Amino acid sequence: MSALLEATGLTLRFGAVTALDDVAVSIWPGEVVAIVGESGSGKSTLLRVLSGLAGPEAGTVLYRDPDGTVHSLLDMPEASLRRLHRSDWGFVHQNPRDGLRMGISAGGNIGERLMAAGSRHYGAIRAAAAEWLARVEIDPARIDALPRTFSGGMQQRLQIARTLVTHPRLVFMDEPTGGLDVSVQARLLDLIRALVADLGLAVLLVTHDIAAARLLAHRIVVMRRGQVVEQGLTDRVLDDPQHEYTQLLTTSVLSA
Amino acid sequence: MTTATGYNFGYLDENTKRMIRRALLKAVAIPGHQVPFGSREMPLPYGWGTGGIQVTASVIGPSDTLKVIDQGADDTTNAVSIRRFFAKVAGVATTERTTDATIIQTRHRVPETPLREGQILVYQVPMPEPLFKLEPRVAETRRMHALADYGPMHVKLYEDIARTGHIAISYNYPVMVGGRYLMSPSPIPSFDNPKLDRMAALQLFGAGREKRIYAVPPYTAVKSLDFEDHPFRPIRADATCALCGSRESYLDEVVTDDAGGRMFVCSDTDYCNTRQAAREAAE
Repeated sequence: MSALLEATGLTLRFGAVTALDDVAVSIWPGEVVAIVGESGSGKSTLLRVLSGLAGPEAGTVLYRDPDGTVHSLLDMPEASLRRLHRSDWGFVHQNPRDGLRMGISAGGNIGERLMAAGSRHYGAIRAAAAEWLARVEIDPARIDALPRTFSGGMQQRLQIARTLVTHPRLVFMDEPTGGLDVSVQARLLDLIRALVADLGLAVLLVTHDIAAARLLAHRIVVMRRGQVVEQGLTDRVLDDPQHEYTQLLTTSVLSA
Repeated sequence: MTTATGYNFGYLDENTKRMIRRALLKAVAIPGHQVPFGSREMPLPYGWGTGGIQVTASVIGPSDTLKVIDQGADDTTNAVSIRRFFAKVAGVATTERTTDATIIQTRHRVPETPLREGQILVYQVPMPEPLFKLEPRVAETRRMHALADYGPMHVKLYEDIARTGHIAISYNYPVMVGGRYLMSPSPIPSFDNPKLDRMAALQLFGAGREKRIYAVPPYTAVKSLDFEDHPFRPIRADATCALCGSRESYLDEVVTDDAGGRMFVCSDTDYCNTRQAAREAAE
């Protein structure tokens, strides 16, 4: 196996509702995969299961670490999973308030993952924080400002900086552009695209925004009622949709 | 050696003492780990040393000599009443001399005189959880201890340096015990933190209201958290003791009048008295 993450046969029910029905997804190094679908189609549940935050009723999730060893995520002890989440993986939440510490300065927010990974040099942590603020287009002079004094777009960019500072190989993003206005969204997408190309990240992106998926993703997975109805290369899926739901989805997009 | 009639030796009944000793053994076996125990009602209010007094009652024997200090002083209300309590219910000898004591119960200070093997230092602890200001959920703090996930504590230190230029914790300064568990040293001044490291005496910590016991066995590494480029610095008033002239001891600032007059004196009264007596003898 050379995939970074490979899931097969994932099934999860919430009472009578089937959130995941025999779902199989895999992601290779350096690849951006978008999971699209309407609200309630199981996108976010899939992301939570793949990142180990929730357990499925059936199925397997295999993860390959930097040494090439394959681990089963569902059998992994909690301590290893946490270590994974703060080193090799990252998670960008839809609402930056879920991913940031609002009472801690921007520099502290970026430094947290470094300190959790064992960095104990204040000057080095601060230099890394300033560098990452600049990379996500936030004025490094605001390193000691609290995130609550930032605008929504800046908070989201801060969350991305905080996630990427330890150079993860795989980043989960849950609607990173949700709740932002269009011009801010465009800048954020541009930034994510540049960072992904720069760092060779693998990104698993959940979104209901087809335009964002087209801009960022190499591959698209279309979900509906807990099932993967279609998947393939972005251009192929969006320009030549095979499944009727995908056809509906692509024709529903408004163009300005 | 007379004890007050009607009380078991050391006030607590034997089953309670056995339960506390079991918690103590577990605490000594896992240095810095907080062990829950069934804290009892004691004849003094929570916050006055109910945890420390239960630990002392469980380890004390008829041949022990007890010293009790409160903020370093032997003659404050809390110290005097706890000492009198054990003289009454256990009939043990009491002392104010650090070197003569086998058990020292303390609130907020470590004696200046280095402790030796065979002595036991019992701390009164108001809040045993070092992470409680960062994480209000007890279940989550226990998970953080289990996984040694102490990043947030360093974020707090980072914030201190970013805002004030130094680590702004002057007491209850968090320590790593044996390279594994983050521990609150109880509200002792950070000046006392280095004394905890590889101390020859056994250190026991009792928190009565929070129902937790933890311990540091003799010669265990206790390291104060810091950064490589902002090393831990114990804080001490820049003065000499007005009574004994010590430049090394931890000082209390005492206001002497309403015209701005003040003096610095040792907080450890036994240390100060011993030095004064030695100086008078020399003269």
